[in-house]
Amino acid sequence: MTTLQDPPVAVEASAAKAPRRFHALIGFGLAAVVLFALAPVALGDFRLGLLAKYLCLAIVAVGIGLAWGRGGMLTLGQGVFFGLGGYAMAMHLKLADAGPGELPDFMQLYGQLDALPWWWKPFANPAFALAATVLLPMLVAFLLGLLIFRRRVRGAYFAILSQALCAALAIFLIGQQGTTGGTNGLTDIQGFFGYDLNDPINRRMIYFIVAAALLAVLGVAWQLMRSRFGELLVAVRDGEERVRFLGYDPANVKLVAYVVAAGMAGLAGALFVPAVGIISPAMIGVVPSIEFVIGVAVGGRASLIGPALGAIAVAWAKTALSEKLPSAWTYFEGLLFILPVVFLPGGLASLAMYLRRRRSTSTEVTS
Amino acid sequence: MSGLVVRDLQVVFDGFVAVGGVDLTVPSGDVRFIIGPNGAGKTTLIDAITGLARATGAVTFDEHELLGRKVHKIARLGVGRTFQNSTVFEELTVLQNLDIAAGWHRGPLTLLRRRSSVPPEVQNALETVRLTAVRDQLAGTLPHGQKQWLEIGMLLVQNAKLFLLDEPVAGMSHEERDATGELLGELSREHTVVVIEHDMDFLRRFARSVTVMHAGKVLSEGTVAQVQADPKVQEVYLGHPVEA
Ligand SMILES: Nc1ncnc2c1ncn2[C@@H]1O[C@H](COP(=O)(O)OP(=O)(O)O)[C@@H](O)[C@H]1O
Ligand SMILES: [Mg+2]
Repeated sequence: MTTLQDPPVAVEASAAKAPRRFHALIGFGLAAVVLFALAPVALGDFRLGLLAKYLCLAIVAVGIGLAWGRGGMLTLGQGVFFGLGGYAMAMHLKLADAGPGELPDFMQLYGQLDALPWWWKPFANPAFALAATVLLPMLVAFLLGLLIFRRRVRGAYFAILSQALCAALAIFLIGQQGTTGGTNGLTDIQGFFGYDLNDPINRRMIYFIVAAALLAVLGVAWQLMRSRFGELLVAVRDGEERVRFLGYDPANVKLVAYVVAAGMAGLAGALFVPAVGIISPAMIGVVPSIEFVIGVAVGGRASLIGPALGAIAVAWAKTALSEKLPSAWTYFEGLLFILPVVFLPGGLASLAMYLRRRRSTSTEVTS
Repeated sequence: MSGLVVRDLQVVFDGFVAVGGVDLTVPSGDVRFIIGPNGAGKTTLIDAITGLARATGAVTFDEHELLGRKVHKIARLGVGRTFQNSTVFEELTVLQNLDIAAGWHRGPLTLLRRRSSVPPEVQNALETVRLTAVRDQLAGTLPHGQKQWLEIGMLLVQNAKLFLLDEPVAGMSHEERDATGELLGELSREHTVVVIEHDMDFLRRFARSVTVMHAGKVLSEGTVAQVQADPKVQEVYLGHPVEA
């Protein structure tokens, strides 16, 4: 009765535990070599700067992989958290550029303000601004999540709501031109905590900070995915109702993943500002929020490294293609989203897994 | 009294009365079978007890009122259930399924770490439900019978005191039924068990007491022999051979 034909591959066969951890270490080591040794040597200043930008997008993607891939929440509104982090950082840098007691350049330009708005003031403090880049998005996600998940908003409704929030934030920022820079955003950022961003050496330093942040974020995601929480999150994704009958409130489980993903998006936004020199509503609205998700879908949403690689690949393709064929990119982007969803739901990561599985079964047969 | 006490339970879906005033008392340690034709309201009764369906009346388990509580709060009081179609987490292993079921009371620090060893209650449950050999297999790849056992194992580690099993042997082979019957016997030593079941042969062998439902009401109640001798029951089952 309990005879089993051909035991299928378990996700975490206990015998494979030690090697898995070993694999993870090798993976992190390889990533570190590529990011810290190969890329800086192989790429010129301009390309390295682009890569820094892509790595910021990859940080957002790692969070989406957690919330969407493992938690089943189609986070089509990460632009909100990316934007909060980005604006928090940019506000501080603008104030620092302006110098103590001075208004940022764009406020002087529009000429309606005599004094700094009260909600700008705390961002003059570097510690406050740095903490806010991550904690503010997390706080907003926490409050939103409480409302959303308690009320059991999910699936398409969750995705649409997320999009609406992005649109709302972008519209708000555009409307408050005098205090937010409006459509232009916060631009022309010169310095980063005392370092001149026009100096190529300092721009390289920013790249290294972004690369280190990506590795750190991957480490956090790795630990979360392999922890008991990670298993529970998958259970909630696949059987939210069932989890209730085991005594859990799935709203809390989803909330944690959502808040962590928001913190990652906020961190990414904050690093994006010195890496690119600007943050504007066009970078945090509906379209960029969808683009964040496309990279994750292409790379494989449920894997650890897939979302990050997918985000980098899609961002790179976008730069390459839209330089040459600006009008074709939009269609290509649509295809990129549809193809994995229809033909390869596990993304490119599932291809790798499939190949590995085939290899291991073929070695079993021959041995 | 301890055990499950249901009084005048009513569940209405858009004007359709699925359960219409059910009284039911299942003392601790009983193995109660609930039988009745399709659509009699058996599943809905369990849905109401476990907080899934809105109901009026009163339901207490070990003196705790259940109606009006949230699903996960009811589960924490020791009321566990399985579903007609098994609902294990298919992309997790048997071990992971059980480990999750054992864990609602875990604190954040435990949750954020990896499971370093198999908790003893999980190990015991693996043995009780005879799944030790397939511990690391994905639950989705188990045959139907083993999925149902896994569900029962999940109730065990969840520390459920009351097991509400919705057609656990439907679709099982003869051997699997026998094994499940034995399992029910083992469970009943420390738990109160309520089983919804159609199979009369299975019922005769493993039930201690029987409640017959029909059209949302309790038709008859008693030992297997008493219920089988009840003319009302024979009438409902007319055309359904009682001696299956
Ligand atoms: N969610 C629901 N909405 C409307 N009617 C329902 C719902 N659930 C069950 N019913 C109806 O209630 C009656 C009892 O169903 P159920 O409790 O599943 O019966 P049983 O488990 O005894 O076969 C059936 O007529 C069914 O169609
Ligand atoms: Mg039923």
